[in-house]
Amino acid sequence: MTASKQQFLDNPLGTKTTLEDVVDAFEFLDEWEDRYAYIIDLGKQLPAFPDDERVEENYVHGCQSQVWLIHHHDEDSGKLFLLIDSDAIIVRGLAAIILVALNGKPPRDLLAIDIDELFEQLDLFRHISPTRGNGLRAMVGKIRDIAAAEAAA
Amino acid sequence: MSDLSVANSTLTKAFDVETIRRDFPILTQEINGKPLAYLDNGASAQKPVAVLDAMDRYYREMHSNVHRGAHTLGDRATAAFEGAREVVRGFLNAPSTREIIWTRGTTEAINLVANGLAPRLQAGDEILLSHMEHHANIVPWQMLAERTGAKVVPIQVTPEGELDLDSFNSLLNDRTRILAITHVSNVLGTVNPIAPLIEQAKKRGVITLIDGAQAVPHFKPDVQALGCDFYVFSAHKLFGPTGIGVLYGRAELLEEMPPYQGGGEMIERVSFERTTWNVLPYKFEAGTPAIAEAVGLAAAISYLDQLDRSAMEAAENALLARANALVATVPGMEVLGTAKHKVPVLSFKIAGLHPSDIGTLLDQQGIAIRTGHHCAMPLMDFYGVPGTARASFAFYNTLDEVEKLFTGLQKIQRLFT
Repeated sequence: MTASKQQFLDNPLGTKTTLEDVVDAFEFLDEWEDRYAYIIDLGKQLPAFPDDERVEENYVHGCQSQVWLIHHHDEDSGKLFLLIDSDAIIVRGLAAIILVALNGKPPRDLLAIDIDELFEQLDLFRHISPTRGNGLRAMVGKIRDIAAAEAAA
Repeated sequence: MSDLSVANSTLTKAFDVETIRRDFPILTQEINGKPLAYLDNGASAQKPVAVLDAMDRYYREMHSNVHRGAHTLGDRATAAFEGAREVVRGFLNAPSTREIIWTRGTTEAINLVANGLAPRLQAGDEILLSHMEHHANIVPWQMLAERTGAKVVPIQVTPEGELDLDSFNSLLNDRTRILAITHVSNVLGTVNPIAPLIEQAKKRGVITLIDGAQAVPHFKPDVQALGCDFYVFSAHKLFGPTGIGVLYGRAELLEEMPPYQGGGEMIERVSFERTTWNVLPYKFEAGTPAIAEAVGLAAAISYLDQLDRSAMEAAENALLARANALVATVPGMEVLGTAKHKVPVLSFKIAGLHPSDIGTLLDQQGIAIRTGHHCAMPLMDFYGVPGTARASFAFYNTLDEVEKLFTGLQKIQRLFT
């Protein structure tokens, strides 16, 4: 079965769980263990990803692990909803942070967001190897491409 | 004190790991606020001061182009460069420096040989590899097969990560022209019994190439005793610089092979009517070579030569034994590659965790390992995994670092449960 509209709308990341929540939480987490425990927990909020969407078209290249990304542009609200999945637990957590920042926004609003600034604010890249940083950029790049295409449509 | 005890104490001192670590300045730093435990030596090894100094001194005092200048610096550079070739010849126990070709690394060396053997191959000929090869010892042969109509045939591997000798025996046949096989598996650490394989191949007139990239950091190969036609390795895994590697080839075959690249140095005489090749080894060394890197590689070999080899091997075996003993302390941890004869390499998976999760969280603790497919996708497919986590040790690693790896893994597991 492909993803239903409801699955997209039910994604708590970026809706129930807000960017403020994440930024606040990070401020209190000094130890790497705590930060990563939090990132792993965020990853658990990712909704189930439909098996039949794990196809080449939805695959995000440039990550060490397998990453899939699908979207739904909601006609009623004009907002862009995203679902991401990965076979690596930390990547799921990082994807969750990306969704907290970018999910459920009109494409034009999404394109105006400076995600690098957010990562800097969370001090994420200092703790993430360049190879993984590339994977994050690949995910964000694909989301921005989708948003640009939807904004132009 | 008798002479013997003096000698023994010198040897022991020559292999005190804490003393040895002082020769490797990079090892003293902290990563993410923790002392670095560098366990990614299989990817690239660190360099002793002797190598850094030799390269620095070369540039400060000797640098010029080689084999050219009618001046003193040119002579010094040439002497250092050709002296390095002699050091490598000694390291491999090759008969002659004519048979030592500088390349950019193992990969280029294999490409050079694959290219040079093309005239010998016909459609239907077979190139025998193994299932545990690095992509560098697969893809150049596939490209050669594509060009010539030959076929690449892989020798099977056992679940323990050893070469399946029955598979080898059944695949070696009258169509086999080349046997290209790794001395030591980069993923599993398996030391392959290459001597008998080479012997059987030779009986059938099969040309043999040994990928020594993962072997030379742990022991010295003797190409005459092995009897192989080609032996290749990279300097950077042997505690030397990046950008240079070695191809040993039997002179008779090197003479027969066409040049790999054209340019300066590799020619005897150039005219628009007819260009003739330089003699060995220069025929395969077009362009200005990596001179400082050759000097650095020689310094690495000389550094290793003054260490007690058997003490070094014993220390490495102790690292592996300790690691193996600690595997049971991490629930769900499984080691890939349990061959009887191994260098200190530990490839593993942990149930429920992706290798990249393991690598990221070890890095947080200052522990550097490799994760991924290790440029050996056919072997990953054989084990049915997307990748593994791999800790690969060198003689400068300590038992304490092995313990740290396992404490780190236990911590990671707590984080995920």
